[in-house]
Formats: sequence, structure tokens, C-alpha cells
Amino acid sequence: MSSVRRTGESREAFRAGIRVGIPYAFAALLLAVSFGVVAEPLMGPVAPIVMSAIVFAGSAQFAATAVLAAGGGVVAAVVAGTLLNARYGPMGVALAPWLRGSAVRRAATGQAMIDFSWAAASRGGGRFDPPFMLGATLLSYPAWVGGTALGAVAGGAIGDPARLGLDAIFPAFFLALLLEGELRVGRPLAAAAIAVLIAVALLPVAPAGVPVIAASVAALIGIGRR
Amino acid sequence: MSDVWITIGCLAVVTALIRASGPVLLGGHALPERVQGVIALLAPALLAALVVVETFGDPAGGRLELDARAAGVGAAAAVLLLRRSTLAAIAAAAAVTALLRALA
Repeated sequence: MSSVRRTGESREAFRAGIRVGIPYAFAALLLAVSFGVVAEPLMGPVAPIVMSAIVFAGSAQFAATAVLAAGGGVVAAVVAGTLLNARYGPMGVALAPWLRGSAVRRAATGQAMIDFSWAAASRGGGRFDPPFMLGATLLSYPAWVGGTALGAVAGGAIGDPARLGLDAIFPAFFLALLLEGELRVGRPLAAAAIAVLIAVALLPVAPAGVPVIAASVAALIGIGRR
Repeated sequence: MSDVWITIGCLAVVTALIRASGPVLLGGHALPERVQGVIALLAPALLAALVVVETFGDPAGGRLELDARAAGVGAAAAVLLLRRSTLAAIAAAAAVTALLRALA
């Protein structure tokens, strides 16, 4: 476990997180415009903005909206979104040992988990830097809500930015985090390779969200090892 | 209330509970030794899966697609291996994908 950090160090990590989060927030803004454009015909202009503000999870919002648009009903839509957000369970377990303060404060910090900031705050070997994660999420929140508003209100005028290759930006971000931080020779590489195999095998058959959560099982090869 | 608002409300509550669960139940305590090795591998496993799913997946699920995204992500991989620049890699991913779509 880490020693208790001085406030100055936390502030420094928070600021460093904000800097790292700038390009991702820009990409999130564009994706949010896309969500607003896609959701507005189904939901009207207000509901997509509220959804982005209180759900704050891109893939789950797209999935739930797609289910509703296809006439799938409330239960199917909530299940689809929940499957996509299930990964935040194990992610929160990994983050938990590094959180301080009351349960309410820890729960609030957990709300700031997004894939990018969580992975960027990972320091290898299961260590995490929560102030860095908070900083890395900070700009993405207004970008996500504001971009949704832009897409929902002005979508007709600006068109869907997805055609600009936006959907390739997010896997590229995750690839950068993987190659630059997490992928070390040995067990991390083996876990990543097994995760890829699981995800590829399940993609053609499983509902959205299931391949990612199932692939996280690859981490079990680390059981009992330090 | 319409289906849209019920979905939004339920999904917001469920997502908040999932995000809060680990931090509230396990916060501030070291995890058992046996589990720490698993947690250490969670980031590489999840990131690798996210790359695969967002490159080859369909938002609705149940499909594996090979389209312009794969070329874009391939370009990003090449840039990352040659220059180690995240921003250049992301720009390459978007540019190659958009170009292929414009040509298609």
C-alpha cells in the first residue's frame, strides 16, 4: 500500500491528469455530438442531455438508445446498458484499495471512472493514482454533456461527426494506453493475448458488453502471484 | 413517464451503483494477496479487449466486422511502434478511417 500522500502531491497528480485528459475530452466531445445526433429523433432534445449528465457512459448510452429505437423496450435497453457498464465493477475493485476517506467520498470518486482515466491512472502491478484519474476525467464530463447538447439541438445543421473516422479514435486511444503503459513482457502480455482471443471469439455471438467483461477473466492467470 | 425517461433513470441508478460498489465495499483496504495478481492484470486484459471490441465490434452486438476502422487502428499501431506519440497515432487512426470511407 502507498503511504498517505501529501496534499501537494495529490494536487500535482490531479493537474497532470487534467493535461493528459485534454485530447481525450476533445474526442469525447465529438462522440457526444454523435450521440446527440443519433438520440434526438427518438428522445427529443432534452432527454439525451439528461442521459449524458447522469449516466456518463458512452457505449452504454449508445446501446440503450439503439435498443429503444429498435422497439426493444425498457428492460432490454437497461440490460444492454448494464452489460456494457458491468466492467466498472472489477475496475472499481482494482481502484478501491487506493481510495481514502468516507464511503460517500469513495462512492463519488467511483463515479469519475471512465475507461480512459482509469487506465491512464493505472501505475502497473495493480497500483492506481486516484487524483490523477479525477483530473483525467474532469474535462471529459463537460465535453460529454456539452457535446450531447450540441448534437441534440444543432445536429441537423452539423451532421454526424462519426463519418470523420471518429469511431477509430477510441480503440486507438486504448491501444496507446496498452502499448505505452500496460503491455509488459510476461503475464501482462499473456493476459492481453488471452483477452483478445476471448473477445474475438465472443464478438460474433454475444450481446454488446459481454465480450469485454468475459475477456477480463483473462486476468485470472495472475491469481496467487505478485 | 415514457420508456425513454424510465430507461434513463434506471440506467443512471444501475451505473452509479456499479461504479460505487468496489470503492464503497472495499475502499481503503489492501486486497487479499491472492487477488492482487489478478487485479494487476486487469488493465492490460480490459484494454486489449476494448481495442478488439471497438475495432471489430458492432454497437448492437452479435457481429464481427472488418471495415475502415481496422485500417485506422492498424495505422495507429504503426505510429505507436515507430514514434510512440499518442496524438499522432489518434490522428492517423481518424485520418485513415475517414479517407477510406470517403473513397468507398
